[in-house]
Amino acid sequence: MGNERWSRRQFVGRAGKTAGGVVLGLGLADLLAACGASTGTTAASGTGNLEIFSWWTAGGEADGLKEMFGIYSKKYPSVKIINAAVAGGAGTNAKAVLKTRMEGGKPPDSFQVHAGQELISTWVKADKMEPLTSVWNSEGWDSTIPKDLKDIVSSNGQVWSVPVNVHRGNALWYNKKLLDQNNLTAPTTMDEFLSQLGKLKTKVPAPLALGSQGNWQVQMLLENNILAAGGPDFYKKVFSGQASFTDANVKQALSWIKSMLNYVNSDHPTLGWDDADKRLIAGSSVFNIMGDWAKGYFTANNWVANTDFGAAPSPGTTGKYVIVCDTFGLPKGAADRDNAVAWLKVCGSEEGQAAFNPKKGSIPARTDVPASIFDPIAQQFIAEFKTDALVPSSAHGSATPDAFASGVNDEMGQFVINKDVDKTASNLQKLSDEFLKA
Amino acid sequence: MATATAPPVMVERLPRSRSLSPFSWDRVTPILMIAPSVVLIAIFVYGFIGRTAYTSLTAWRGVVPDYTFVGLRNYIRLFGTEKFQADIVNTIHFTAFFLAGCLILGLGAAVLLDQKLRGSIFFQNVFMFPLAISFIVTGTVWRWIFNPSYGLNVLFHNLHLDFLQSGWLTKPSSALNSLTIAAVWQMSGFCMAMFLAGLRGIPEELREAAAVDGATEFQIFRHVVFPLLRPITLSAVIILGHISLKIFDLVFVMTFGGPGYATDMPGLNMFITTFRQDLFARGAAIATVLLLMVALLIVPYLIWNLRGETER
Repeated sequence: MGNERWSRRQFVGRAGKTAGGVVLGLGLADLLAACGASTGTTAASGTGNLEIFSWWTAGGEADGLKEMFGIYSKKYPSVKIINAAVAGGAGTNAKAVLKTRMEGGKPPDSFQVHAGQELISTWVKADKMEPLTSVWNSEGWDSTIPKDLKDIVSSNGQVWSVPVNVHRGNALWYNKKLLDQNNLTAPTTMDEFLSQLGKLKTKVPAPLALGSQGNWQVQMLLENNILAAGGPDFYKKVFSGQASFTDANVKQALSWIKSMLNYVNSDHPTLGWDDADKRLIAGSSVFNIMGDWAKGYFTANNWVANTDFGAAPSPGTTGKYVIVCDTFGLPKGAADRDNAVAWLKVCGSEEGQAAFNPKKGSIPARTDVPASIFDPIAQQFIAEFKTDALVPSSAHGSATPDAFASGVNDEMGQFVINKDVDKTASNLQKLSDEFLKA
Repeated sequence: MATATAPPVMVERLPRSRSLSPFSWDRVTPILMIAPSVVLIAIFVYGFIGRTAYTSLTAWRGVVPDYTFVGLRNYIRLFGTEKFQADIVNTIHFTAFFLAGCLILGLGAAVLLDQKLRGSIFFQNVFMFPLAISFIVTGTVWRWIFNPSYGLNVLFHNLHLDFLQSGWLTKPSSALNSLTIAAVWQMSGFCMAMFLAGLRGIPEELREAAAVDGATEFQIFRHVVFPLLRPITLSAVIILGHISLKIFDLVFVMTFGGPGYATDMPGLNMFITTFRQDLFARGAAIATVLLLMVALLIVPYLIWNLRGETER
């Protein structure tokens, strides 16, 4: 009997905790925020602490962050740097921790955030961020950081965060030896790509590797294909609610995904993006469409760029660059505001970006960092970044608010199963009506 | 419960405080003892339930609370989403198969172990072990087992049983059942323990009396043992039922609700809606629906239980 009684208690307790905890926790946090703001003090630059919040905890990312800390410490030796990093892919855990800290009135001095809506639709809208326009202008970043990128981190005429690095979302990776053996070169148009897949299917059962666990990889295919079908202007319009997802361009993009799905490995729902790239290394697939973090995976497995593997813009997106960009911002009420501003200047400096990006596997947001310190594929991307049309990624939170991106994520999970172009397009438009028009 | 028992000192004072004063120690002490837990539960359980229900009626979306009252709009929108409709169907499907699997396997194992054959203690422990593992670990292990390229399928192939191969978690048609298998594996040992306790609690005389009256072994089981196991079965259904309605960790690790919405559950949906999408009001609405679903299961049991206590 005692056992049953306990479980009853447990049940009520859990239900209350999961649901109510959220609500009251944030209500309480609000109160604390009010207190925190009034007692916030600022330390003079050069002494005190600097707390940097990120989700860079492993491998090259953590190394790159350490490099930037090193540069900062050289300039301000008496500032104690506190590395408040929270582990978890794409920052899903870190964002939750950040939420409690921001609402609780104890923001870190500066925190990592994807460029664009991930910051603007949340903390900027909540009036919890300081604009960085004056820092941007005094550092003269207008002349070194592309205007397309500045537009992504700006709203209402103010700049809100400093870009540190740029990843490319629209990249096609291929097993170079397999491609050469079949007398093929990297495709540039979607038609060419699909016909190559058709030819390769006779030799390799699944020429296109896909790991769709979590669905965001399919979401990347969608945005790459929308860019290929409609071009940058349409892309920006459709992801800001000014064009419809029932447009022919979106339907074209969806049909392309549908065609691609004929050539992918059948176990894709249980594979992550890295498992898909493993198929390239094993020779059981030829192509994979993924962000340029795939490069880090290949080189970590002793694959040599342009010998074992190669990269090209995803089919149909030559001259266009989907940006996945990490930035740092300045929350209101930061305990060491002046130190944080000095940190942001390091983030945006040539020295800082040259130290960080080779380790991280990304390219600098500045266009004046010498390309020679990078690997050949990064060099290729750096050259294209300077001239290409730049658009923000929706799958990675830059173009659209999380509520929309997460809804699209679900929708793409359904699309992979039902492959219904018209229904998916109209469902996407419903999400746009609900979350992009606000 | 320990907190409700008065310390021995109070017992000695009993004769003196027999007076009818409402403030006598033996009346006040129990109240004082219980008060802290009553207050804490009132705030942290029922208070939060109320707060959640209230939040579900507001327009709170995004990181800043917004308590504009919007009535049932969140619920109407929620039930309009394909995802939540799938959640409801999945939960019912999962709960039904999970309960059936656990009860049948648990009862079967308990009946076998109750024969007091050699080694039954060993197997009793073996069946109980999965219970000591968290759903996170179970989920991770079963995800590997079900992986089409290096799990069960390879085993079946090597045993020349290729017809048993399946897409497991990769196919929308089989994913939910694969999830159920892992959950049953974890919880049927618990059912077995409960049934075994129930079986051991049945007086030997009853069976003997039935045997003397000429009942067969099956008849004894059907007409003597089975009815006496009814309270145990009901308890098992309640405990497993609320676990399965609220299931989160296993799904989170094994499938994250995929492929598509094939294994999505209200608990997971609430987490994503609230913490990934920042739709706090809608998340609260899911939590409230979840609470009502569990209440539908628990409240009749509580009433039945209460009636039993007063009759006793």
